[in-house]
Amino acid sequence: MSNAMKIIVMAEHEDGLITSATRKTVNCASQISSEVDLLILGNNTDLEEQAIQIDSVSNVLVVQDETFNQQLSAIMAPIISDLTSGYDCLLLPSTTFGRDLAPRVSVLKDVCQITDIMEVLSPRVFKRPIYAGNAIETIEVPDGQMIVATVRPASFKELGTSNQASLSSLEMPNIDLPNHTRFLGVSSEKTERPDLQVASIVISGGRGVGSAENFEILYQLADKLGASVGASRAAVDAGYVSNDMQVGQTGKIISPDLYFAFGISGAIQHVAGIKDSGTIVAINKDPDAPIFEIADIGIVADLFEFIPEFLAKLD
Amino acid sequence: MDKILVCIKRVVDYNIKIRIKPDESGVITEGVKMSINPFDEIALEEALRVKESGNANEVIIVSIGPDDCQQQLRTGLAMGADRAILIQHDHIIEPLKVAKLLHKIVEQENPGLILLGKQAIDDDCNQTGQMLAELCSYPQATFASELTVNENSLKVIREVDQGLETLEVDLPAIVTTDLRMNEPRYVKLPDIMKAKKKPMDVMDANDFEISLEPSIKVISVTPPPPRESGIMLDGVDQLFVALKDKGLINE
Ligand SMILES: Cc1cc2nc3c(=O)[nH]c(=O)nc-3n(C[C@H](O)[C@H](O)[C@H](O)COP(=O)(O)OP(=O)(O)OC[C@H]3O[C@@H](n4cnc5c(N)ncnc54)[C@H](O)[C@@H]3O)c2cc1C
Ligand SMILES: Nc1ncnc2c1ncn2[C@@H]1O[C@H](COP(=O)(O)O)[C@@H](O)[C@H]1O
Repeated sequence: MSNAMKIIVMAEHEDGLITSATRKTVNCASQISSEVDLLILGNNTDLEEQAIQIDSVSNVLVVQDETFNQQLSAIMAPIISDLTSGYDCLLLPSTTFGRDLAPRVSVLKDVCQITDIMEVLSPRVFKRPIYAGNAIETIEVPDGQMIVATVRPASFKELGTSNQASLSSLEMPNIDLPNHTRFLGVSSEKTERPDLQVASIVISGGRGVGSAENFEILYQLADKLGASVGASRAAVDAGYVSNDMQVGQTGKIISPDLYFAFGISGAIQHVAGIKDSGTIVAINKDPDAPIFEIADIGIVADLFEFIPEFLAKLD
Repeated sequence: MDKILVCIKRVVDYNIKIRIKPDESGVITEGVKMSINPFDEIALEEALRVKESGNANEVIIVSIGPDDCQQQLRTGLAMGADRAILIQHDHIIEPLKVAKLLHKIVEQENPGLILLGKQAIDDDCNQTGQMLAELCSYPQATFASELTVNENSLKVIREVDQGLETLEVDLPAIVTTDLRMNEPRYVKLPDIMKAKKKPMDVMDANDFEISLEPSIKVISVTPPPPRESGIMLDGVDQLFVALKDKGLINE
């Protein structure tokens, strides 16, 4: 790699755990430069322990402060901007966390931001999807311009955790922080099933599933296969499942080894979220459903007949 | 509040299957159906509802782009916006520069609330609203699916990866909309006629003393790698064999 860039990844953590999207972002960073730093803003020393174990990380920089009990972008952005002076490249995961935060930091650095790096061609040349993944843009950041970018987690493998990086604790920078934003809470449907973005098998249902009650057979199938459950936007809009299960251009972009689409027609916005899956299996009763054009395995069937048979076969 | 500003981008209609230029310089937009970015239509609908509930006096829409953006602005006026601003420029402008231009409009108009889409469905950048918020030193609530206006603040429900987050932000504030916030109204013929008389201010982007030259070079725009064509199977038994052969399920 030519004149090594100084690169730093902003870590995302949730409920005291560094997210898999962060480890994937570190993977992307390691393809840009051999020395990768990781920045943590938190209030929990266990995060440091997890961070130093992530492969490819050289240094973990951490600021522990109760300010970070809530991860508010307007507050974190000036702190990140301050702590990353001297770096040539800052990467964040392209999750709702990273997407909310990165543009504010890039304004403070006065540089244009890159969204959704999907491939590193050279330290300054990247691929990213546009038009819901129906076109791929290859872009180049000129020499000397800082890179601020988000990384598309579905495009990178998660790194292992057998490392022992060095750790430095940093002081909270002395800057005036805004107080115009208050966090009131977050509600999520807690489930025992694996996370959508990490699961190796995902079972999704669409409008064809018909109701929240009918989703039950998808959950049964998921539990048999150790899978996570996703949905199309139509299924979320109709109230069958919660919003955090939406897969697609405006939902989650996922890359499981095996993806099942039950009663999903295959709109481009949905397909945008599943294109990186290993094998796509579509079950739809309409032989002309567009989902069959992109599925690796298509089966024309009524899902209400198909799933019980599938379950019986797994018993 | 007095004014709400809504930012509207003209994009290829979401139902159109895009085509890439043979010289790989971009996506064909000539002769293609163009529309208001779907998220921006939702942003405008929300602004109109806030006004109709008596919490604002005026809804202003702004678009940056070629002269043809007037079509989308006229549609926005027909939906019910009070007046429109076009910042005219013929070339693609990166989100940071869009945000800098919008910042100038915010300084001129001093809106109490600024609504944008969470992302434009052409560049899929998801940046402009957050950038504008930082430029203005305003709070932001991105990916919003519900908005409640109080005296000096907003309560916003946001669609985040973990579920639904609730934030309270002081006004003036920037909100970017997600799809479930509302269903935009249909435009009726008489409204289209009325919209013709509403004011449209046209400015030249070059008059704002902001460098609009791209800072990031687009080398090429190409189609995504095709997926290998699939097979059709008949029933559970065949699927089982196929998945076992691929080592995807075990028994
Ligand atoms: C800006 C924008 C962003 C969007 N983002 C997303 C996104 O992120 N994710 C997303 O999913 N969508 C998204 N959409 C919506 C998308 O365009 C489609 O409307 C949506 O994906 C359709 O969902 P669906 O396939 O479940 O429903 P439908 O299109 O109604 O399809 C239902 C399917 O179920 C089949 N079916 C019915 N009954 C049965 C049965 N008993 N057995 C088997 N099959 C059956 C039917 O044949 C049909 O093919 C977006 C749209 C816009 C405009
Ligand atoms: N050229 C533009 N004119 C007006 N609004 C824009 C323009 N570009 C982006 N926006 C607004 O910013 C949002 C996010 O765009 P983007 O950051 O490009 O994904 C859009 O939904 C619009 O509300």
